[in-house]
Formats: sequence, C-alpha cells, structure tokens
Amino acid sequence: MNHRAIRAIYLFEMARTWRTLLQSIVSPVVSTSLYFVVFGAAIGSRISQVEGVSYGTFIVPGLIMLSVLTQSIANASFGIYFPKFTGTIYEILSAPISYFEIVLGYVGAAATKSIILGLIILATAGLFVPLHIHHPIWMLAFLVLTAVTFSLFGFIIGIWADGFEKLQMIPMLVVTPLTFLGGSFYSIDMLPAGWRTVALLNPVVYLISGFRWSFYEIADVSVSVSIGMTTAFLVLCLGAIWWIFRTGYRLKN
Amino acid sequence: MSSIISVANLSKTYGSGFKALKNINLDIRRGEIFALLGPNGAGKTTLISIICGIANPSEGRVLVGGENIQTSYRKARSLIGLVPQELHTDAFESVWATVSFSRGLFGKPKNPDHIEKVLKDLSLWDKKDNKIITLSGGMKRRVMIAKALSHEPQVLFLDEPTAGVDVELRKGMWEVVRTLQQSGVTIILTTHYIEEAEEMADRIGVINKGEIVLVEDKATLMQKLGKKRLTVHLQGKVTSLPDSLAQYELDLCDDGATLVYDYDTKGERTGITSLLSDLRNAGIRFNDLDTTQSSLEDIFVDLVRTS
Repeated sequence: MNHRAIRAIYLFEMARTWRTLLQSIVSPVVSTSLYFVVFGAAIGSRISQVEGVSYGTFIVPGLIMLSVLTQSIANASFGIYFPKFTGTIYEILSAPISYFEIVLGYVGAAATKSIILGLIILATAGLFVPLHIHHPIWMLAFLVLTAVTFSLFGFIIGIWADGFEKLQMIPMLVVTPLTFLGGSFYSIDMLPAGWRTVALLNPVVYLISGFRWSFYEIADVSVSVSIGMTTAFLVLCLGAIWWIFRTGYRLKN
Repeated sequence: MSSIISVANLSKTYGSGFKALKNINLDIRRGEIFALLGPNGAGKTTLISIICGIANPSEGRVLVGGENIQTSYRKARSLIGLVPQELHTDAFESVWATVSFSRGLFGKPKNPDHIEKVLKDLSLWDKKDNKIITLSGGMKRRVMIAKALSHEPQVLFLDEPTAGVDVELRKGMWEVVRTLQQSGVTIILTTHYIEEAEEMADRIGVINKGEIVLVEDKATLMQKLGKKRLTVHLQGKVTSLPDSLAQYELDLCDDGATLVYDYDTKGERTGITSLLSDLRNAGIRFNDLDTTQSSLEDIFVDLVRTS
C-alpha cells in the first residue's frame, strides 16, 4: 500500500477545501440556515407536529442529508474532474499507485469534507431548534456511509463528465429532485397511497429515513432496509469504479 | 551498457482502429540521452505514454529497470519521471506544495533538502512560494521538470521539453539536462528541433508512422548517413561547364561564381582529387574551397521521406 500517495492526494484535496472555505463550508451552512428560517420558522410554525416532533426539528436530518448528498457528489466529482480538465491527471496515472489508493485519496477527502459539513449544519440547526439524538453512533454511521457512498457516486460522475455542463447535470437533474422528493421536508406517510409506493423507488428515501430514525426513532421504512439499500448503492458504486479502472474508461486511451 | 528500458513487440491500436504503434522494439541504455525524433503523429507521445502507464498497450512488453510496467507497475513507475508535452500544472498551489505533492504521490518520504536542491537547480527557488498561475510559461515548464525530479527518478522522459520556449531558455534547459545526465539519470527526449537532438543526444531513434525507422549512435549516424558538400569558389564566373565535368553532377551557383559538389562520406573515394584535377584540366581556376557536413535535419528529412 502506497500510504504516502494516499496521504498526498488526501491532503492536496483537503488543502483545496481550506483555500475555498467560503464555497466549501460557509455557503452550504448559509443556505441551510435559510431553509430553517423559511421552512422551520415561517412555514413550520403553521404546521402541526409530525409524528410527535415539531416540524422545525423534524426537517433537521433531511436538511443535513440534503447537504451531505449534494456536497459529497460536488466535492468528489470536481476533485477528479479538475485534474482531467487541466491535464494534471497524467501525474496520478503515471504514479506507482493502485486504483484503490487513488479512490481512497479522492473519495476519503470528499467524504471527510461532507462529514465535517454535516456536523457543522447539525450544530447550526441546534441554534434554531432543540435537538435530541437518540442513537448518536447510528447517526454517525449513517452520516459516514452516506458521505462515502455519494462521494463514490460523485467520483464516477467526475470521470464520466467531459465538460462542466455534464458535471452539473446529474446533481442538478437527478440528485437534487430525488433529495427533495426523498422526504427531506416531510414524512412519506403524508403522501397519498399511490405516491407513497412511487416514493419507495427513490433511494434517498431510505437514507433520510434511517438518518431520521437515529435522531427521533421515527422512520418511513425499517432501519435494516435503510442500511441494506444504502449498502447496496455503495456496492453498486464500487462495482462501477472497479469497471472504470479496469477498462481505463475516460482515463486511458 | 545495460538497458534500463526494454520495449519488445509493442503495438498500440486505438478504439478507432488507428494503429499508433506497430511492433516497436527498442532498448534504452542506462545513463544515456536518447532522442526520439519523428514528425507529428509519428507515435512518439503514444510510446512514452505507454511506458509511463498513461495509456494501455495493445500488445507487447515493456520493462523498466527489469520490472514489467503492467505486472510490476509500482516498481517500474517509481523509477520514472515524466514531463509531458503540454503545460499541465495546477493553478492555485504554490511551487513548493506542488513539487512536494509529486514526491508524496510517488511514495517517497518527505525530504525538504532534496526539493530545495531541485528547485535551486532549476532556478525556481525564489519562486517557491508563488502560486503556479503567476509564473511564466518557461517557469511552468521548469516546475513540471521539478515535479518529475521530486522523487529522484532514474529515468526522465522529456516530451518536447523546449517546444515554444525562447532560445535562451532552451539553452538553459539543455544545461539542466546535461547536469542530470552527469548525476546518472537516463534521459529520453522527444523533439521537433533537430538541433536539440544534435546538441544533446548520445543516440537517436527515428520513429515514423508508428514504426522505429532507425536507432543509431548520433556520431555514427552522422557519419554513416551524412553527406558532405564541397564548395569551390572560382576566380572568375563561368556560364557553363564542360562535358568532362558532367560525371560530378556539379551545381553552378552565385551566377557562376561557385561550384557545389555533394559527396558521400561512406564511399571509399570521395572524388575530390579527380574533380580538382579535372577542373584544372578544363582551365577552371579557383581561389578557395570549403566543406560542410549535412546536418541531422537533412538526414532526418531523408529518412522520413523514404520510410
């Protein structure tokens, strides 16, 4: 294992975060705070409790997931796309480093950033609404699992994209709608029966449901199903990355 | 001299069906400067990319320091430093950070003394804290060389190292390359500038249309394929030459003031003695003679045209 190379990539990527602190951390925190103001205070005050939890408190796990999902994808996709764009990828490809180690460096850094961001948003949420986390270990486990899985997904998008437009396309057109429709702001029990079935096809539902369970012990689907679905998506992303490196897809001619 | 790189039966066919390399066999000797010459699209960069791990070969085998680049890629790649043709650099990192990053990427422990030496050797020391984006093109090129040297490679690939740099900088780069060779690094450079190969290389390989056309010691190549030109400066102008001189295929230049005779240095007889004798017999008097050797460029153009 070339641990020095993994460390070099990891620290290089983390250094980029500190250089772009406003964009990486401050901007998501500000937008999440705005969600709290709009949905939590303005609209939430007119909504009765959801399954025994005030609406403002209810949306906290969903909002954290919303940021963690989008930021994991953005961080990891940009992290690998930018060297492709500038051409500096030649150095990564010619270094004595395995594909697994490359992924570990990039995805590790992207996931770390999202986890830090998730925890900052959690702390920010604590300023707006009272919070109680029933299962902190599970909460962290879901956070890490989601950050890693979607960083892997972002890595795949970064390799696939051959322009900045494509880099934005999947997050904008697929991930954001899935996240909004995945129960960030409501319980899927609130949906009509037919739509509830449709919602169950959305993988994000399982992430948010499991994450919310770790906070308030309320869930749309059982926790084991949440873990199972997230792990399945993780395995799917790992498989895709294994295939990318084996074939050199969009990396090697 | 032992080989540090050994390429055997290497072929590369792109997805489009284009054959970029056709059954390449090539050995690079340890410690030499090897110049790979070839016109645009000849396969130079593809060959380097495969050896360095950036492109996959279709067929064949490459050993670097005795290690197979595919089955033992960690060992093989750790011996190689690559400076690609295009200026691919980070933008917002400092020179120090980007060079240190490269060392880490190649699995070497931190060594600020070595990084300092590399930066000083490349006249980049006073720019070490500057962001790369603020550097000139020539400096960026040197940053790329510094990155390639950060992990103390045994082989350095320089793909068109002086493309687009001014004459002064080019000569500076040549100095750097010579110093590197003296420190034991094997250097493979591709270039369009024939004078660069002529100036720097110990051996020269010519690649054309994906095939190695020739590999030869530079001196031998110059001698073997080189033609010499004798220029005879006449005392008076002549308008035509007598038939007795037809066999020499002379060119009458400068409005009849000079005669030009091309001869082959490979031949046992150059024909100079008989030419001078025949000139005297024809009553053509001259006051000066000079000879010039054909350049590598002439040789290269000939080779590429005939291959």
